[in-house]
Amino acid sequence: MIRTENLHKSFGDNHVLKGVSAEFHAGKPNLIIGSSGAGKTVLLKLLIGLFRPSEGAVFYGDTNLFSLDDKDIRSIRMKVGMLFQGNALFDSMTVGENIRFPMDMFTRLSLKDKNRRVDECLEMVNMEGINDRYPSEVSGGMQKRVGIARAMVLEPKYLFCDEPNSGLDPQTSILIDELICDLTNRNNITTVINTHDMNSVMGIGDNILLLKNGKVAWTGDKSQVLESDNKVLEDFIFASPFLRRLREDALKQRQGG
Amino acid sequence: MLIDTFLYNFGQYILLLKSAIAKPERFSMYYKETVRQMDAIGVGSVFIVLLISVFIGMVTAVQFADQLGDSFIPSYYIGYIVRDITIIEMAPTITCLVLAGKVGSNLAAEIGGMRQKEHIDAMEIMGVNTAAYLIMPKVIAAVLVIPLLVAISAFVSIIGGYLATVLPGSISHTEYVLGLRSFFVPRYVFIMFVKAGVFAFLLTSVSCYFGYYVKGGSIELGEASTSAVVVSNVLILLFDFIIALLLT
Repeated sequence: MIRTENLHKSFGDNHVLKGVSAEFHAGKPNLIIGSSGAGKTVLLKLLIGLFRPSEGAVFYGDTNLFSLDDKDIRSIRMKVGMLFQGNALFDSMTVGENIRFPMDMFTRLSLKDKNRRVDECLEMVNMEGINDRYPSEVSGGMQKRVGIARAMVLEPKYLFCDEPNSGLDPQTSILIDELICDLTNRNNITTVINTHDMNSVMGIGDNILLLKNGKVAWTGDKSQVLESDNKVLEDFIFASPFLRRLREDALKQRQGG
Repeated sequence: MLIDTFLYNFGQYILLLKSAIAKPERFSMYYKETVRQMDAIGVGSVFIVLLISVFIGMVTAVQFADQLGDSFIPSYYIGYIVRDITIIEMAPTITCLVLAGKVGSNLAAEIGGMRQKEHIDAMEIMGVNTAAYLIMPKVIAAVLVIPLLVAISAFVSIIGGYLATVLPGSISHTEYVLGLRSFFVPRYVFIMFVKAGVFAFLLTSVSCYFGYYVKGGSIELGEASTSAVVVSNVLILLFDFIIALLLT
Protein backbone atom coordinates (compact mmCIF):
# COMPACT_ATOMS: atom_id res chain seq x y z
CA MET A 1 0.00 0.00 0.00
CA ILE A 2 1.08 3.59 -0.67
CA ARG A 3 -0.12 6.38 1.61
CA THR A 4 0.31 10.14 1.42
CA GLU A 5 0.06 12.47 4.38
CA ASN A 6 -0.72 16.14 4.01
CA LEU A 7 1.23 16.53 0.76
CA HIS A 8 1.98 20.07 -0.34
CA LYS A 9 3.90 21.09 -3.40
CA SER A 10 4.69 24.58 -4.62
CA PHE A 11 6.59 25.81 -7.65
CA GLY A 12 7.58 29.35 -6.72
CA ASP A 13 4.33 31.16 -5.92
CA ASN A 14 2.24 28.46 -7.55
CA HIS A 15 0.82 26.25 -4.78
CA VAL A 16 -0.14 23.14 -6.79
CA LEU A 17 -0.96 20.58 -4.08
CA LYS A 18 -2.58 21.75 -0.87
CA GLY A 19 -2.52 19.00 1.71
CA VAL A 20 -3.36 15.76 -0.13
CA SER A 21 -3.83 12.74 2.14
CA ALA A 22 -4.80 9.49 0.42
CA GLU A 23 -4.36 5.74 0.39
CA PHE A 24 -3.63 3.57 -2.66
CA HIS A 25 -4.36 -0.11 -2.10
CA ALA A 26 -2.76 -3.27 -3.48
CA GLY A 27 -4.57 -5.59 -5.90
CA LYS A 28 -6.90 -3.04 -7.45
CA PRO A 29 -6.52 -0.02 -9.71
CA ASN A 30 -6.38 3.31 -7.88
CA LEU A 31 -7.41 6.22 -10.08
CA ILE A 32 -6.41 9.84 -9.68
CA ILE A 33 -8.81 11.98 -11.66
CA GLY A 34 -9.38 15.69 -12.10
CA SER A 35 -9.41 18.40 -14.69
CA SER A 36 -6.22 19.72 -16.28
CA GLY A 37 -4.15 21.68 -13.78
CA ALA A 38 -5.75 19.96 -10.78
CA GLY A 39 -2.37 18.54 -9.72
CA LYS A 40 -2.67 14.90 -10.90
CA THR A 41 0.72 14.64 -12.59
CA VAL A 42 2.44 16.49 -9.75
CA LEU A 43 0.88 14.04 -7.25
CA LEU A 44 2.00 11.09 -9.38
CA LYS A 45 5.56 12.45 -9.63
CA LEU A 46 5.60 12.99 -5.85
CA LEU A 47 4.45 9.40 -5.31
CA ILE A 48 7.40 8.16 -7.39
CA GLY A 49 9.85 10.61 -5.85
CA LEU A 50 10.60 12.51 -9.06
CA PHE A 51 9.57 15.66 -7.15
CA ARG A 52 10.18 16.37 -3.47
CA PRO A 53 7.19 17.73 -1.52
CA SER A 54 7.22 21.18 0.05
CA GLU A 55 5.56 19.54 3.04
CA GLY A 56 4.12 16.13 3.92
CA ALA A 57 5.17 12.54 3.35
CA VAL A 58 4.73 9.54 1.02
CA PHE A 59 4.80 6.12 2.68
CA TYR A 60 5.57 2.85 0.90
CA GLY A 61 4.31 0.47 3.57
CA ASP A 62 5.86 2.02 6.68
CA THR A 63 8.79 3.68 4.91
CA ASN A 64 8.69 7.41 4.27
CA LEU A 65 10.12 7.77 0.75
CA PHE A 66 11.56 11.20 1.46
CA SER A 67 13.41 10.18 4.59
CA LEU A 68 15.61 7.93 2.43
CA ASP A 69 18.84 8.87 0.69
CA ASP A 70 19.19 8.65 -3.10
CA LYS A 71 20.56 5.10 -2.99
CA ASP A 72 17.63 3.78 -0.92
CA ILE A 73 15.13 5.66 -3.08
CA ARG A 74 16.65 3.87 -6.07
CA SER A 75 16.23 0.50 -4.36
CA ILE A 76 12.51 1.27 -3.85
CA ARG A 77 12.23 2.40 -7.45
CA MET A 78 13.46 -1.00 -8.58
CA LYS A 79 10.12 -2.31 -7.29
CA VAL A 80 8.29 0.29 -9.36
CA GLY A 81 7.08 0.11 -12.96
CA MET A 82 5.82 3.14 -14.81
CA LEU A 83 3.87 3.71 -17.99
CA PHE A 84 4.42 7.23 -19.25
CA GLN A 85 1.91 9.36 -21.10
CA GLY A 86 4.28 9.53 -24.08
CA ASN A 87 5.47 5.93 -23.46
CA ALA A 88 9.12 7.05 -23.02
CA LEU A 89 10.37 4.13 -25.08
CA PHE A 90 14.04 4.54 -26.07
CA ASP A 91 13.76 5.19 -29.78
CA SER A 92 17.29 4.04 -30.63
CA MET A 93 16.52 0.57 -29.22
CA THR A 94 14.24 -2.12 -30.60
CA VAL A 95 11.12 -3.17 -28.72
CA GLY A 96 12.96 -6.20 -27.37
CA GLU A 97 15.95 -4.12 -26.24
CA ASN A 98 13.62 -1.62 -24.56
CA ILE A 99 11.98 -4.35 -22.50
CA ARG A 100 15.33 -6.01 -21.78
CA PHE A 101 16.98 -2.76 -20.61
CA PRO A 102 15.96 -2.99 -16.90
CA MET A 103 17.17 -6.61 -16.84
CA ASP A 104 20.46 -5.65 -18.50
CA MET A 105 20.90 -3.01 -15.83
CA PHE A 106 19.87 -4.86 -12.71
CA THR A 107 20.00 -8.63 -13.21
CA ARG A 108 22.69 -11.20 -13.85
CA LEU A 109 20.47 -13.36 -16.06
CA SER A 110 21.93 -14.87 -19.21
CA LEU A 111 20.95 -13.32 -22.53
CA LYS A 112 18.86 -16.40 -23.28
CA ASP A 113 16.90 -16.03 -20.02
CA LYS A 114 16.46 -12.31 -20.55
CA ASN A 115 15.13 -12.86 -24.05
CA ARG A 116 12.77 -15.53 -22.73
CA ARG A 117 11.44 -13.03 -20.17
CA VAL A 118 11.05 -10.41 -22.93
CA ASP A 119 8.95 -12.90 -24.89
CA GLU A 120 6.84 -13.64 -21.78
CA CYS A 121 6.20 -9.93 -21.21
CA LEU A 122 5.27 -9.36 -24.84
CA GLU A 123 2.93 -12.35 -24.67
CA MET A 124 1.39 -10.92 -21.49
CA VAL A 125 0.40 -7.78 -23.43
CA ASN A 126 -0.55 -9.75 -26.58
CA MET A 127 2.30 -8.34 -28.63
CA GLU A 128 4.28 -11.45 -29.54
CA GLY A 129 6.81 -11.29 -32.37
CA ILE A 130 7.57 -7.57 -32.48
CA ASN A 131 10.91 -7.81 -30.64
CA ASP A 132 12.98 -6.57 -33.55
CA ARG A 133 10.81 -3.62 -34.49
CA TYR A 134 11.61 -0.08 -33.39
CA PRO A 135 9.08 1.94 -31.37
CA SER A 136 8.55 4.26 -34.34
CA GLU A 137 7.48 1.24 -36.42
CA VAL A 138 4.52 0.31 -34.22
CA SER A 139 1.21 2.10 -33.52
CA GLY A 140 0.41 4.24 -30.46
CA GLY A 141 -1.65 1.48 -28.85
CA MET A 142 1.13 -1.05 -29.45
CA GLN A 143 3.64 1.37 -27.92
CA LYS A 144 1.45 1.59 -24.80
CA ARG A 145 1.47 -2.20 -24.54
CA VAL A 146 5.24 -2.29 -24.99
CA GLY A 147 5.48 0.38 -22.27
CA ILE A 148 3.41 -1.84 -19.98
CA ALA A 149 5.58 -4.85 -20.85
CA ARG A 150 8.71 -2.87 -19.96
CA ALA A 151 7.12 -1.67 -16.73
CA MET A 152 6.26 -5.27 -15.78
CA VAL A 153 9.54 -6.93 -16.74
CA LEU A 154 11.10 -6.86 -13.26
CA GLU A 155 7.80 -7.95 -11.65
CA PRO A 156 7.15 -4.66 -9.82
CA LYS A 157 5.15 -4.30 -6.61
CA TYR A 158 3.96 -0.84 -7.67
CA LEU A 159 2.74 0.26 -11.09
CA PHE A 160 2.16 3.90 -12.04
CA CYS A 161 0.37 4.87 -15.24
CA ASP A 162 0.26 8.48 -16.41
CA GLU A 163 -2.69 8.99 -18.76
CA PRO A 164 -2.53 5.46 -20.23
CA ASN A 165 -5.44 6.18 -22.59
CA SER A 166 -4.29 9.48 -24.02
CA GLY A 167 -4.24 9.52 -27.79
CA LEU A 168 -5.95 6.14 -28.11
CA ASP A 169 -9.29 5.26 -29.68
CA PRO A 170 -12.05 4.14 -27.24
CA GLN A 171 -11.69 0.44 -28.08
CA THR A 172 -7.93 0.40 -27.58
CA SER A 173 -8.39 2.45 -24.40
CA ILE A 174 -10.68 -0.20 -22.97
CA LEU A 175 -8.21 -2.95 -23.92
CA ILE A 176 -5.37 -1.10 -22.18
CA ASP A 177 -7.55 -0.55 -19.08
CA GLU A 178 -8.48 -4.23 -18.97
CA LEU A 179 -4.86 -5.22 -19.39
CA ILE A 180 -3.71 -2.98 -16.53
CA CYS A 181 -6.59 -4.18 -14.35
CA ASP A 182 -5.83 -7.82 -15.10
CA LEU A 183 -2.11 -7.45 -14.35
CA THR A 184 -2.92 -5.61 -11.13
CA ASN A 185 -5.29 -8.29 -9.89
CA ARG A 186 -3.18 -11.23 -11.01
CA ASN A 187 0.08 -9.93 -9.49
CA ASN A 188 -1.47 -8.12 -6.49
CA ILE A 189 0.26 -4.87 -7.50
CA THR A 190 -0.47 -1.43 -6.09
CA THR A 191 -1.45 0.37 -9.27
CA VAL A 192 -1.97 4.13 -9.46
CA ILE A 193 -3.48 5.49 -12.66
CA ASN A 194 -3.65 9.14 -13.50
CA THR A 195 -6.48 9.70 -15.95
CA HIS A 196 -9.33 11.87 -17.10
CA ASP A 197 -10.89 9.18 -19.24
CA MET A 198 -14.50 8.61 -18.15
CA ASN A 199 -14.54 5.06 -19.54
CA SER A 200 -11.65 4.21 -17.21
CA VAL A 201 -13.41 5.77 -14.23
CA MET A 202 -16.59 3.77 -14.79
CA GLY A 203 -14.76 0.63 -15.97
CA ILE A 204 -11.89 0.06 -13.56
CA GLY A 205 -12.34 2.72 -10.86
CA ASP A 206 -12.12 0.58 -7.73
CA ASN A 207 -10.58 3.40 -5.71
CA ILE A 208 -11.02 6.90 -7.11
CA LEU A 209 -9.42 10.10 -5.88
CA LEU A 210 -10.80 13.30 -7.39
CA LEU A 211 -8.53 16.34 -7.23
CA LYS A 212 -9.64 19.91 -7.66
CA ASN A 213 -7.30 22.87 -7.29
CA GLY A 214 -4.72 20.72 -5.52
CA LYS A 215 -7.11 19.33 -2.90
CA VAL A 216 -8.96 16.03 -2.57
CA ALA A 217 -12.53 16.82 -3.61
CA TRP A 218 -13.97 13.29 -3.45
CA THR A 219 -12.96 9.68 -2.87
CA GLY A 220 -14.95 6.54 -3.58
CA ASP A 221 -15.36 3.79 -6.15
CA LYS A 222 -17.14 3.48 -9.50
CA SER A 223 -20.33 2.14 -7.91
CA GLN A 224 -20.67 5.37 -5.90
CA VAL A 225 -20.10 7.72 -8.81
CA LEU A 226 -23.64 7.62 -10.22
CA GLU A 227 -25.39 8.35 -6.95
CA SER A 228 -22.94 10.77 -5.43
CA ASP A 229 -24.28 14.25 -4.85
CA ASN A 230 -20.80 15.74 -4.76
CA LYS A 231 -21.01 18.81 -6.98
CA VAL A 232 -17.34 18.74 -8.03
CA LEU A 233 -17.60 15.07 -9.06
CA GLU A 234 -20.85 15.70 -10.91
CA ASP A 235 -19.41 18.67 -12.80
CA PHE A 236 -16.30 16.73 -13.73
CA ILE A 237 -17.69 13.32 -14.67
CA PHE A 238 -20.98 14.38 -16.19
CA ALA A 239 -19.73 17.51 -17.89
CA SER A 240 -21.41 16.80 -21.24
CA PRO A 241 -25.22 16.95 -21.69
CA PHE A 242 -25.10 13.45 -23.19
CA LEU A 243 -23.51 11.92 -20.10
CA ARG A 244 -25.84 13.93 -17.86
CA ARG A 245 -28.86 12.45 -19.67
CA LEU A 246 -27.37 8.95 -19.40
CA ARG A 247 -26.92 9.42 -15.67
CA GLU A 248 -30.47 10.65 -15.21
CA ASP A 249 -31.80 7.66 -17.17
CA ALA A 250 -29.68 5.26 -15.11
CA LEU A 251 -30.87 6.77 -11.84
CA LYS A 252 -34.52 6.63 -13.00
CA GLN A 253 -34.10 2.97 -13.94
CA ARG A 254 -32.64 2.18 -10.52
CA GLN A 255 -35.43 4.00 -8.72
CA GLY A 256 -38.00 2.29 -10.94
CA GLY A 257 -36.33 -1.15 -10.42
CA MET B 1 22.02 38.76 -11.15
CA LEU B 2 24.80 37.45 -13.40
CA ILE B 3 26.76 36.31 -10.33
CA ASP B 4 23.63 34.61 -8.93
CA THR B 5 23.13 32.73 -12.19
CA PHE B 6 26.79 31.76 -12.34
CA LEU B 7 26.83 30.50 -8.73
CA TYR B 8 23.55 28.60 -9.20
CA ASN B 9 24.79 26.88 -12.36
CA PHE B 10 28.22 26.19 -10.92
CA GLY B 11 26.70 24.63 -7.79
CA GLN B 12 24.32 22.51 -9.82
CA TYR B 13 27.16 21.44 -12.15
CA ILE B 14 29.28 20.32 -9.17
CA LEU B 15 26.33 18.40 -7.68
CA LEU B 16 25.69 16.71 -11.02
CA LEU B 17 29.33 15.65 -11.25
CA LYS B 18 29.13 14.34 -7.68
CA SER B 19 26.09 12.21 -8.62
CA ALA B 20 27.82 11.05 -11.79
CA ILE B 21 30.79 9.66 -9.87
CA ALA B 22 29.15 6.52 -8.53
CA LYS B 23 29.55 2.78 -8.64
CA PRO B 24 27.91 1.50 -11.86
CA GLU B 25 24.75 -0.58 -11.42
CA ARG B 26 26.07 -3.00 -14.06
CA PHE B 27 29.66 -2.56 -15.19
CA SER B 28 29.08 -4.22 -18.58
CA MET B 29 26.37 -1.67 -19.49
CA TYR B 30 28.65 1.24 -18.66
CA TYR B 31 31.51 -0.39 -20.58
CA LYS B 32 29.31 -0.88 -23.65
CA GLU B 33 28.12 2.72 -23.49
CA THR B 34 31.70 3.98 -23.09
CA VAL B 35 32.85 2.04 -26.15
CA ARG B 36 29.85 3.36 -28.12
CA GLN B 37 30.75 6.92 -27.12
CA MET B 38 34.43 6.38 -27.98
CA ASP B 39 33.32 5.40 -31.45
CA ALA B 40 30.91 8.34 -31.76
CA ILE B 41 33.28 10.97 -30.36
CA GLY B 42 36.56 9.55 -31.66
CA VAL B 43 35.96 7.84 -34.98
CA GLY B 44 33.11 10.22 -35.76
CA SER B 45 35.42 13.23 -35.43
CA VAL B 46 38.52 11.98 -37.25
CA PHE B 47 37.66 13.55 -40.60
CA ILE B 48 36.93 17.05 -39.27
CA VAL B 49 40.07 16.91 -37.10
CA LEU B 50 42.21 15.91 -40.10
CA LEU B 51 40.72 18.67 -42.18
CA ILE B 52 41.24 21.50 -39.69
CA SER B 53 44.69 20.21 -38.73
CA VAL B 54 46.04 20.34 -42.28
CA PHE B 55 44.89 23.95 -42.57
CA ILE B 56 46.27 24.91 -39.13
CA GLY B 57 49.68 23.60 -40.15
CA MET B 58 49.56 25.20 -43.59
CA VAL B 59 48.51 28.62 -42.31
CA THR B 60 51.04 28.62 -39.47
CA ALA B 61 53.87 27.64 -41.81
CA VAL B 62 52.98 30.11 -44.56
CA GLN B 63 52.62 33.05 -42.15
CA PHE B 64 55.87 32.35 -40.35
CA ALA B 65 57.65 31.78 -43.63
CA ASP B 66 56.48 35.23 -44.70
CA GLN B 67 57.55 36.89 -41.43
CA LEU B 68 60.95 35.22 -41.40
CA GLY B 69 61.51 35.87 -45.09
CA ASP B 70 63.67 39.01 -44.86
CA SER B 71 65.22 38.37 -41.45
CA PHE B 72 68.49 36.81 -40.39
CA ILE B 73 66.67 33.93 -38.70
CA PRO B 74 67.48 30.67 -40.49
CA SER B 75 64.59 29.37 -42.55
CA TYR B 76 64.71 25.92 -40.93
CA TYR B 77 63.14 27.68 -37.91
CA ILE B 78 59.82 27.39 -39.78
CA GLY B 79 59.72 23.66 -39.08
CA TYR B 80 60.67 24.26 -35.46
CA ILE B 81 58.02 26.97 -34.98
CA VAL B 82 55.29 24.96 -36.70
CA ARG B 83 56.11 21.93 -34.53
CA ASP B 84 56.10 23.77 -31.21
CA ILE B 85 53.17 26.06 -31.86
CA THR B 86 51.15 23.08 -33.06
CA ILE B 87 52.01 20.86 -30.12
CA ILE B 88 51.66 23.47 -27.38
CA GLU B 89 48.70 25.46 -28.61
CA MET B 90 47.07 24.86 -31.95
CA ALA B 91 46.42 21.11 -31.84
CA PRO B 92 44.86 20.90 -28.36
CA THR B 93 43.05 24.24 -28.36
CA ILE B 94 41.71 24.53 -31.89
CA THR B 95 40.81 20.84 -32.04
CA CYS B 96 38.90 21.05 -28.76
CA LEU B 97 37.17 24.30 -29.76
CA VAL B 98 35.96 22.56 -32.91
CA LEU B 99 35.00 19.44 -30.96
CA ALA B 100 33.06 21.59 -28.48
CA GLY B 101 30.96 22.65 -31.46
CA LYS B 102 30.60 19.19 -32.97
CA VAL B 103 30.56 16.83 -29.97
CA GLY B 104 29.35 19.30 -27.31
CA SER B 105 26.25 20.41 -29.15
CA ASN B 106 25.50 16.80 -30.03
CA LEU B 107 25.75 15.63 -26.40
CA ALA B 108 23.60 18.51 -25.11
CA ALA B 109 20.94 17.80 -27.76
CA GLU B 110 21.04 14.02 -27.15
CA ILE B 111 20.65 14.27 -23.36
CA GLY B 112 18.24 17.21 -23.61
CA GLY B 113 16.08 15.23 -26.04
CA MET B 114 16.04 12.32 -23.59
CA ARG B 115 14.96 14.69 -20.83
CA GLN B 116 12.13 16.09 -22.95
CA LYS B 117 10.89 12.67 -24.06
CA GLU B 118 10.87 11.51 -20.42
CA HIS B 119 13.56 8.90 -21.13
CA ILE B 120 15.58 10.17 -18.19
CA ASP B 121 12.54 9.99 -15.90
CA ALA B 122 11.88 6.46 -17.15
CA MET B 123 15.44 5.41 -16.29
CA GLU B 124 15.23 7.13 -12.89
CA ILE B 125 12.07 5.20 -12.08
CA MET B 126 13.77 1.94 -13.07
CA GLY B 127 16.35 2.81 -10.39
CA VAL B 128 19.14 3.85 -12.77
CA ASN B 129 21.52 6.59 -11.60
CA THR B 130 20.97 8.65 -14.74
CA ALA B 131 23.68 11.19 -13.95
CA ALA B 132 26.19 8.36 -13.81
CA TYR B 133 24.88 6.29 -16.71
CA LEU B 134 24.37 9.18 -19.12
CA ILE B 135 27.38 11.33 -18.22
CA MET B 136 30.23 9.16 -16.91
CA PRO B 137 30.68 7.01 -20.06
CA LYS B 138 30.69 10.13 -22.25
CA VAL B 139 33.28 11.89 -20.10
CA ILE B 140 35.51 8.80 -19.85
CA ALA B 141 35.23 8.18 -23.60
CA ALA B 142 36.12 11.79 -24.39
CA VAL B 143 39.05 11.92 -21.96
CA LEU B 144 40.45 8.74 -23.55
CA VAL B 145 39.80 9.56 -27.18
CA ILE B 146 40.23 13.32 -27.54
CA PRO B 147 43.94 13.30 -26.53
CA LEU B 148 44.46 10.75 -29.32
CA LEU B 149 42.66 13.04 -31.76
CA VAL B 150 44.83 15.93 -30.59
CA ALA B 151 47.98 13.86 -31.14
CA ILE B 152 46.77 13.04 -34.66
CA SER B 153 45.99 16.71 -35.16
CA ALA B 154 49.53 17.75 -34.15
CA PHE B 155 51.05 15.20 -36.52
CA VAL B 156 48.82 16.19 -39.43
CA SER B 157 49.41 19.91 -38.81
CA ILE B 158 53.14 19.37 -39.12
CA ILE B 159 52.53 17.58 -42.41
CA GLY B 160 50.30 20.49 -43.45
CA GLY B 161 53.17 22.89 -42.71
CA TYR B 162 55.46 20.76 -44.83
CA LEU B 163 53.02 20.72 -47.74
CA ALA B 164 52.55 24.50 -47.63
CA THR B 165 56.23 25.41 -47.50
CA VAL B 166 58.29 22.60 -49.03
CA LEU B 167 56.09 21.83 -52.04
CA PRO B 168 55.98 25.46 -53.32
CA GLY B 169 59.74 25.69 -52.68
CA SER B 170 59.72 28.27 -49.85
CA ILE B 171 62.17 26.05 -47.97
CA SER B 172 63.75 22.69 -48.69
CA HIS B 173 62.77 19.31 -47.34
CA THR B 174 66.05 19.14 -45.40
CA GLU B 175 65.49 22.54 -43.79
CA TYR B 176 61.97 21.72 -42.70
CA VAL B 177 63.01 18.37 -41.22
CA LEU B 178 66.01 19.97 -39.53
CA GLY B 179 63.63 22.49 -37.94
CA LEU B 180 61.36 19.71 -36.76
CA ARG B 181 64.30 17.94 -35.12
CA SER B 182 65.77 21.05 -33.47
CA PHE B 183 65.33 22.20 -29.85
CA PHE B 184 62.73 19.55 -29.05
CA VAL B 185 61.35 19.80 -25.50
CA PRO B 186 59.47 16.57 -24.57
CA ARG B 187 57.58 18.43 -21.81
CA TYR B 188 55.61 20.25 -24.51
CA VAL B 189 54.04 16.94 -25.53
CA PHE B 190 53.09 16.40 -21.90
CA ILE B 191 51.47 19.88 -21.84
CA MET B 192 49.58 19.01 -25.03
CA PHE B 193 48.12 15.87 -23.43
CA VAL B 194 47.27 17.70 -20.19
CA LYS B 195 45.43 20.35 -22.18
CA ALA B 196 43.65 17.77 -24.30
CA GLY B 197 42.49 15.80 -21.23
CA VAL B 198 41.29 18.88 -19.36
CA PHE B 199 39.51 20.32 -22.41
CA ALA B 200 37.89 16.96 -23.15
CA PHE B 201 36.54 16.77 -19.61
CA LEU B 202 35.27 20.34 -19.76
CA LEU B 203 33.56 20.13 -23.13
CA THR B 204 31.75 16.86 -22.36
CA SER B 205 30.76 17.53 -18.76
CA VAL B 206 29.57 21.07 -19.47
CA SER B 207 27.60 19.95 -22.53
CA CYS B 208 26.02 17.07 -20.62
CA TYR B 209 25.11 19.50 -17.82
CA PHE B 210 23.25 21.82 -20.19
CA GLY B 211 21.42 18.88 -21.77
CA TYR B 212 20.58 17.19 -18.47
CA TYR B 213 18.81 20.21 -17.00
CA VAL B 214 17.03 21.41 -20.13
CA LYS B 215 13.44 22.52 -19.57
CA GLY B 216 10.71 23.42 -22.03
CA GLY B 217 10.55 22.59 -25.73
CA SER B 218 12.58 22.67 -28.90
CA ILE B 219 13.57 26.35 -28.54
CA GLU B 220 15.00 25.69 -25.06
CA LEU B 221 16.78 22.60 -26.41
CA GLY B 222 18.41 24.74 -29.10
CA GLU B 223 19.38 27.34 -26.49
CA ALA B 224 20.86 24.64 -24.25
CA SER B 225 22.88 23.32 -27.18
CA THR B 226 24.17 26.81 -27.97
CA SER B 227 24.98 27.51 -24.30
CA ALA B 228 26.86 24.22 -24.12
CA VAL B 229 29.10 25.24 -27.02
CA VAL B 230 29.62 28.84 -25.90
CA VAL B 231 30.39 27.99 -22.25
CA SER B 232 32.63 25.07 -23.26
CA ASN B 233 34.60 27.33 -25.60
CA VAL B 234 35.04 30.06 -22.99
CA LEU B 235 36.14 27.50 -20.39
CA ILE B 236 38.58 25.88 -22.84
CA LEU B 237 40.23 29.26 -23.45
CA LEU B 238 40.24 30.09 -19.73
CA PHE B 239 41.84 26.77 -18.82
CA ASP B 240 44.25 27.10 -21.73
CA PHE B 241 45.55 30.22 -20.02
CA ILE B 242 45.60 28.59 -16.54
CA ILE B 243 47.50 25.53 -17.82
CA ALA B 244 49.92 27.78 -19.69
CA LEU B 245 50.55 29.71 -16.46
CA LEU B 246 51.04 26.57 -14.41
CA LEU B 247 53.08 24.43 -16.79
CA THR B 248 55.27 26.82 -18.75
